[in-house]
Amino acid sequence: MKSVEIAVVGAGPAGLSATLAAAGQGASVALIERDEHLGGQLVKQTHKFFGSARQEAGTRGVVIARRLGQAVREQAGIDLRLATTVLGYYSDKVLYLEEPDRLAKLQAERAIFATGASERMLIFGNNDRPGVYGAGAVQTLMNVHGVMPGRRVLMIGAGNIGLIVSYQLLQAGVQVAAIVEAAPRIGGYLVHAAKVRRAGVPILTGHTVKEAVGEEAVEAAVIWRLDEQWRPVPGTEERVDCDVICLATGLSPLGELMWQAGCRMAYVPELGGHVPWHDDDLRTSHEDIYVAGDASGVEEASAAMVEGRIAGLAAARSLGHDRDVEEKLGEARRELAALRAGPTGEKIRRGLESLRQGGDGR
Amino acid sequence: MSAETRRPEDRGPSGARRPGPSEALIRTGLPSAEDLERVRPSAERLTHGAVAVLECFQRIPCDPCASSCHHGAIAAFADINDLPSMDAERCNGCGLCVARCPGLAIFIVDEHHAPGEALIKLAYEFLPLPARDQVVTALDRAGREVGQARVVRVQRPKEKTDTPVVWITVPKDLAWTVRHIKVEVSHGA
Ligand SMILES: Cc1cc2nc3c(=O)[nH]c(=O)nc-3n(C[C@H](O)[C@H](O)[C@H](O)COP(=O)(O)OP(=O)(O)OC[C@H]3O[C@@H](n4cnc5c(N)ncnc54)[C@H](O)[C@@H]3O)c2cc1C
Ligand code: SF4
Ligand code: SF4
Repeated sequence: MKSVEIAVVGAGPAGLSATLAAAGQGASVALIERDEHLGGQLVKQTHKFFGSARQEAGTRGVVIARRLGQAVREQAGIDLRLATTVLGYYSDKVLYLEEPDRLAKLQAERAIFATGASERMLIFGNNDRPGVYGAGAVQTLMNVHGVMPGRRVLMIGAGNIGLIVSYQLLQAGVQVAAIVEAAPRIGGYLVHAAKVRRAGVPILTGHTVKEAVGEEAVEAAVIWRLDEQWRPVPGTEERVDCDVICLATGLSPLGELMWQAGCRMAYVPELGGHVPWHDDDLRTSHEDIYVAGDASGVEEASAAMVEGRIAGLAAARSLGHDRDVEEKLGEARRELAALRAGPTGEKIRRGLESLRQGGDGR
Repeated sequence: MSAETRRPEDRGPSGARRPGPSEALIRTGLPSAEDLERVRPSAERLTHGAVAVLECFQRIPCDPCASSCHHGAIAAFADINDLPSMDAERCNGCGLCVARCPGLAIFIVDEHHAPGEALIKLAYEFLPLPARDQVVTALDRAGREVGQARVVRVQRPKEKTDTPVVWITVPKDLAWTVRHIKVEVSHGA
């Protein structure tokens, strides 16, 4: 069985950054990604990112993915395994891998899980009709494969994903009938909201979707208003013609592998659901396992990259590697704190606080 | 608003206080008159020609506007979540920041471009790009058609992934209304 010092699972911004940081310390690293390409969510992000120059602000997600991917390919000592899914983590520090034509094992002194998050479904009448999509699927069709998902879309959710995917739909020449948001306020950045508003898309806060209309496929949606207690108000139903209902109603961290490995998990709504308990080094309750990115709490690519760096550096340090490792860790921690310092980081700060209060995890 | 009732996001660069976004903006995505008033350069400065207007009202972790300005008109951020702080006196309306802002929230306005006519430079990330001298539909912040605009210049970026900036002229009384354009797609046969 092959063995490495550090196995990184998932090649999104968190996993790529973790890989680069650990390899930069001189550790031998295997990067395992179930997709055929590097970048995770970033390959679908055609808009410009926020953050500071250090986190490539003003750069489009797909460009960041390309840059990080290239750096990983150029760095020596990285065993890159694409189209390979990690199925489980077992005692003796062994990962089970599903390669395209066989099962394989890999022994790793440390594992970093950077598996990202999955989309949440929403319950409403006829939500199984063809034409009801997750925002991730719409983005993949449109921005990876160049396929229009439909002609006229009703977007559900005015968080950053709902706002940004609406903007990308408009850029692709697809109409966006409206953005419907159950909360009384727009959750995403207001500059993103302004971009879709001036392109003529209304944002209906305090509204939700009641049902999809159409026998064979979506032909329309019925939306209705919610009162202050989030109860639908009968009589406020409105029909919106559309052939796609796109759900951007939130993400849940993908923690299955860490559940199975025996990491202590905690339910923290602010972080998107069940996440592994972890310390400032992103180490979980299992001393050989680290976590980074959306899997540790749904946040942003900018934070995911810094978390990846921290997990990669800390894992390498735990194996005795030290190329100014303390200094680099300190710098990364300061960057992460700065990113989360503002009002938009408040939810994450609260979530991490309640995670920490959940005990020491051991 | 008294100091006690201000929200935490009220803190601008280096602690300078500036109110956060209005409730209307948070609910609808449309800035209120008060939001807009706060970022409008002084009448005096407007008489001196093109100037940047930063329609950025919410503290988010973002700062490329400051680093893109070579004239020191946008102060460096002490905290990346700060609201941008603009010194309109130092701004010459060059528009470098317009293409760099990931929020597409910066517009250049020149109220005195020509008699009765204002110039607006705006970021435009749709295809097709308009051509010079083309007349396009002028839209307001809610995407309503409010008149016509003439395209006077299209700045295409060197990199395909960068943002084009379109210069348009509009009747002077629309200088503070028009924030987007609609370019008719020719339908062919
Ligand atoms: C529409 C949209 C807009 C966004 N805009 C911004 C923005 O402007 N700025 C910003 O900072 N962030 C933005 N984000 C958020 C950002 O994309 C995510 O926070 C970020 O990608 C999370 O990185 P990650 O590495 O944790 O996970 P991901 O990017 O999701 O990567 C996880 C990877 O793990 C792989 N994987 C999962 N399980 C396994 C397994 N068992 N075996 C092998 N591989 C596995 C997946 O295939 C995937 O490639 C946006 C997200 C969306 C959807
Ligand atoms: S228009 Fe030019 S001078 Fe004015 S703020 Fe922007 S970059 Fe600076
Ligand atoms: S770059 Fe744009 S969105 Fe970011 S802080 Fe500056 S004005 Fe606001």
